[in-house]
Amino acid sequence: MDYLDYDWLVFLFRYFHVLSGVMWIGLLWYFNFVQIPTMPKIPEEQRPAVTGHIAPEVLFWFRWAALSTVVTGLILAWMNGYLVDALAIGLTDGSSRSAAIGIGMWFGLIMAYNVWFIIWPKQQIALGLVEADASLKPAAGRTAMLFSRTNTMLSVPMLYAMVSAQNIY
Amino acid sequence: MKNPLESLSGTILMGLIILVVMVVVVEAIGSGGAI
Repeated sequence: MDYLDYDWLVFLFRYFHVLSGVMWIGLLWYFNFVQIPTMPKIPEEQRPAVTGHIAPEVLFWFRWAALSTVVTGLILAWMNGYLVDALAIGLTDGSSRSAAIGIGMWFGLIMAYNVWFIIWPKQQIALGLVEADASLKPAAGRTAMLFSRTNTMLSVPMLYAMVSAQNIY
Repeated sequence: MKNPLESLSGTILMGLIILVVMVVVVEAIGSGGAI
């Protein structure tokens, strides 16, 4: 194994891509499998511990991990020479591999967009991290929850697409 | 009809449905349109 050669650098970006992706999707699933279903069961006077301390910290790592996953993923696809074929979901080269990785990439891009441009701004309102009318908080929280659920839904086929492109196509 | 994203189970079910459709599309693209 030669270190610092091209193949090793490709591997390094893949490693950081997986590392970032685990943190992103792990925290997404924390929100959806743990925090959202548990919040109604927590006594009201204890909820500020979650909304004021835990959730903002989760959102920090969540959104930056999302960005890191996308950036390292796009660099990885470019280094591997399939960025254009993948973004064209394999319609340019007619390969299942490009179709699988490409659909996974588009799902990932949509999810990252949701994180940065919908979930994060709405959560800032819902959690009181920015100045906003109190009457706007419930609607903002609900929108953030539904888009978080959308991302959880997309994570199921997205991860299949990513792993299948690597292993069965 | 209830929005499937209102529940976690509905969310996962929708994800699995999208997964199945996606696999069909991937196979179709790989075989030049013939599944």
